[in-house]
Amino acid sequence: MRKEEDIEINLTGEEAVAVSADDREPKERKWFKRLRKGITTSTADKKETPEGLWNKCPQCNYICITSELEENFYVCPKCNYHHRISSVDYFDMIFDEQQYEILFDNIVSKDFLGFTDLKPYGKRLEEIHAKTDLKDSMRVGFGTLNGAKLVVACMDFEFIGGSLGSVMGEKFSKAVDVALQHQCPYLVISKSGGARMMESAFSLMQLAKTSGKLSMLADAKLPYISLLTDPTFGGISASFGMLGDLNIAEPGALIGFAGPRVIKETIKKDLPEGFQRSEFLLEHGFLDFIIDRKTIREKLDQLFALLRG
Amino acid sequence: MPQYPNRQFLDFELPIKELYEQIEANKKLAEKNPKVDYQTVIQQLEQTIVEKRQEITAELTPWQRVKLSRHPDRPYTLKYIDKMTTDFLELHGDRNVKDDKAMVGGFANFDGETVMFIGQQKGINTKTRQLRNFGMANPEGYRKALRLMKLAEKFNKPVVTLIDTPGAFPGLEAEERGQGEAIARNIFEMIRLKVPVICVIIGEGASGGALGIGVGDKVLMMENTWYTVISPESCSSILWRTWDKKEVAAEQLRLTSMDMKGFGLVDEIVPEPLGGAHWDYDAAAQILKSHIKQALQELKHIPPQTRVEQRIAKYEKMGHWDVLPTE
Repeated sequence: MRKEEDIEINLTGEEAVAVSADDREPKERKWFKRLRKGITTSTADKKETPEGLWNKCPQCNYICITSELEENFYVCPKCNYHHRISSVDYFDMIFDEQQYEILFDNIVSKDFLGFTDLKPYGKRLEEIHAKTDLKDSMRVGFGTLNGAKLVVACMDFEFIGGSLGSVMGEKFSKAVDVALQHQCPYLVISKSGGARMMESAFSLMQLAKTSGKLSMLADAKLPYISLLTDPTFGGISASFGMLGDLNIAEPGALIGFAGPRVIKETIKKDLPEGFQRSEFLLEHGFLDFIIDRKTIREKLDQLFALLRG
Repeated sequence: MPQYPNRQFLDFELPIKELYEQIEANKKLAEKNPKVDYQTVIQQLEQTIVEKRQEITAELTPWQRVKLSRHPDRPYTLKYIDKMTTDFLELHGDRNVKDDKAMVGGFANFDGETVMFIGQQKGINTKTRQLRNFGMANPEGYRKALRLMKLAEKFNKPVVTLIDTPGAFPGLEAEERGQGEAIARNIFEMIRLKVPVICVIIGEGASGGALGIGVGDKVLMMENTWYTVISPESCSSILWRTWDKKEVAAEQLRLTSMDMKGFGLVDEIVPEPLGGAHWDYDAAAQILKSHIKQALQELKHIPPQTRVEQRIAKYEKMGHWDVLPTE
């Protein structure tokens, strides 16, 4: 059973901590009583474990070495759970010999409105910039796949829940221009909680802005592929996420317009198992197919070759 | 519009209610004492009401503005269509699933010219509010809107959309039928529609639900409306983790017509009668009509291809970011 994740909390820019039932300690264990309180091992005897050496699958709790997971395209060897990965991981997987150029990385968000919730938006941005090397929630890579040029725009969930703001809109648009210039296909990998509320109506208008650019791509008869990964919600699915010539998704990804919490509160009923998962979307006719991450390169190559042929 | 005592009052409109009560009291006294002249007092009170209406709208907080946009007596889409046009022929259905009652539309005669009107519709009492699903359309509503837009395009008639929604409906069936896809498709198709498109926020303009019929050559916003990416309540619940910060959220989101015009995200503000559109439906509709008419005049002479290019270019400019110097 998958943990229920609060997607919305990522949109606040705070770190989300998912707690599942089995992570919680039972309140009392009557058969066992601790004799001495605290940690008694001396600091000298403490064994250091490098951070991130081991990885536990959030779905099946299978524990494996991170390098093993990496070799397996960050897919759980046991249950095929697709771990959430960064844009660069995708670029490495897709482009030939991991060679590509990252474009427009100098476009960064600014707090135009002076938006303050629990923290000023400007401060939030500073904090994230200090913590990660991410400039915003989308990166654009340009390279080749099996020798053919390709533009890939990919989201980073780590950056305020992969939220759609002015910067994503602008990078998306500029990436379309690159595809137009090189007459090559455009692949967008989505992973986002939705629009960036701190940019208010400006973030909403990115839906129209990106759609307008896609219209230019459509007129040029260049393929636009939308790959949806876990999770994709709100403004993304209400714009370019669902507008692909082909809409494809990774297995088990949660994809929808309204978040599960909101729907649950609206209809006042529990949601059916598998609701809003990729398989559900495929069944209801909104995806062309589900793509296993391990086959991403070959499937995309096959697709582009068919379109070229 | 409803007359006193059927009128409803928001908390900040209560001083007006008191004035009405005073008028009623005076009218009763006048009945009892026919010899005394109460008419002057009543006229004075009526004048005070007009002044009060002006006073109230002059200093509204963003949250009060949101409340005004949801005023239960506010005119809705069909009311405006009725007051602005003749020969309205309502068209139904998305040709796939059903007829969404939260989204209405059809051809009408707009001062001698045929125009396609489309908009969300809210109900005016408990029964019709349910029927209209509180103005929250399902995917079939957006697909119906798109069908009508395509119909207008085919017969070369301009499209006018009237937007008033607390959001697209967040339901289970809505997800099954692709709420996101429906809105996305509308945005994509509207931006390349060959006929003139004018969009007006007449009440609530909540996020994708509004934008799903809100991409056009000219976007107008009535004075006491709001338009942004999320409702202040939902924004409060997500960013502040409580439902109680809606007033602050409304301020932070900068969602009023003045803000949106200032940002260049809408083209014009349509003034409302003193105190808001709910005080005078006829006047509100006439002001709106003159604005739509003027916008249509301006757009008509632009060749279709240019119009589409200008539309794409307009949205492409929206947004603010910094560009760091490259090393």
